Amino acid sequence: MLELITFIILSVLALVSAILVITRRNAVHSAIWLVVTLFAVGGIFLLQHAEFLFAVQIILYVGGIMVLFLFVVMLVDIDVALRQARFARQWPVALVTSILLLGIIGFALYNHSQGLNLPSRPMISAPAQNTQAVGMALYQNYMLPVEIASVLLLVAMVGAVIMAKRKLE
Amino acid sequence: MIPTDYYIFLGSGLFTIGVIGVLTRRNVLIILMSIELILNAVNINLVALSQYFKSVDGQVFAIFVITDAAAEAAVGLGLIIALFRNKETVNADEIDLLKW
Repeated sequence: MLELITFIILSVLALVSAILVITRRNAVHSAIWLVVTLFAVGGIFLLQHAEFLFAVQIILYVGGIMVLFLFVVMLVDIDVALRQARFARQWPVALVTSILLLGIIGFALYNHSQGLNLPSRPMISAPAQNTQAVGMALYQNYMLPVEIASVLLLVAMVGAVIMAKRKLE
Repeated sequence: MIPTDYYIFLGSGLFTIGVIGVLTRRNVLIILMSIELILNAVNINLVALSQYFKSVDGQVFAIFVITDAAAEAAVGLGLIIALFRNKETVNADEIDLLKW
């Protein structure tokens, strides 16, 4: 019961702050609300006993990616954007299409509940066990993907530097 | 214990909000933030199904998704800086050189 209440609070927080992210005029406010969303999603990970992923979410997303976002928001001109229209010309069509997409997803999930009517199964895991299990999987079964991910990060780092570098004559 | 369906409905809701953000906003920065919302929705689904199948594989894939999000944010923000330097705008509908 307490778990369900926590879930409802966290999901309402996540959805409301996500809506605020895409509607605020000021990009700094959007970034702050995105931090709230990321914290709520992290709480949902914690609720599902994915403690390692919760730590990764906080450290990498909130600590890393959001700081990067705030830096760039400060670098580009926000004063001009404050006086311009927030939404593109096609917004009514886009909104209707997206709501339709949600309707289709919801209909499919609800209608095929035989395939997805997943009964809840209790998950007993201590924090150490979760981290241990993730570490074992990462360094044994997923050895090659981890190496590929590290190469991806290196390429992204070099690419970001090349993109942002001032052209020298 | 919360049914896994609830997590998947939450994931689809968050995904739809992200899609609305990508399709309607003009500011490229907000579009990138909406992509982060979409990736978080995917992570919620992955973790929920990983707990359901009592396998840690879904969480490992969620870690790879977070890695991709970091790489995407770095390259995307570099692109935005280059774009702002060349075109003096961060609005997606003003970047229409190829749309003539």
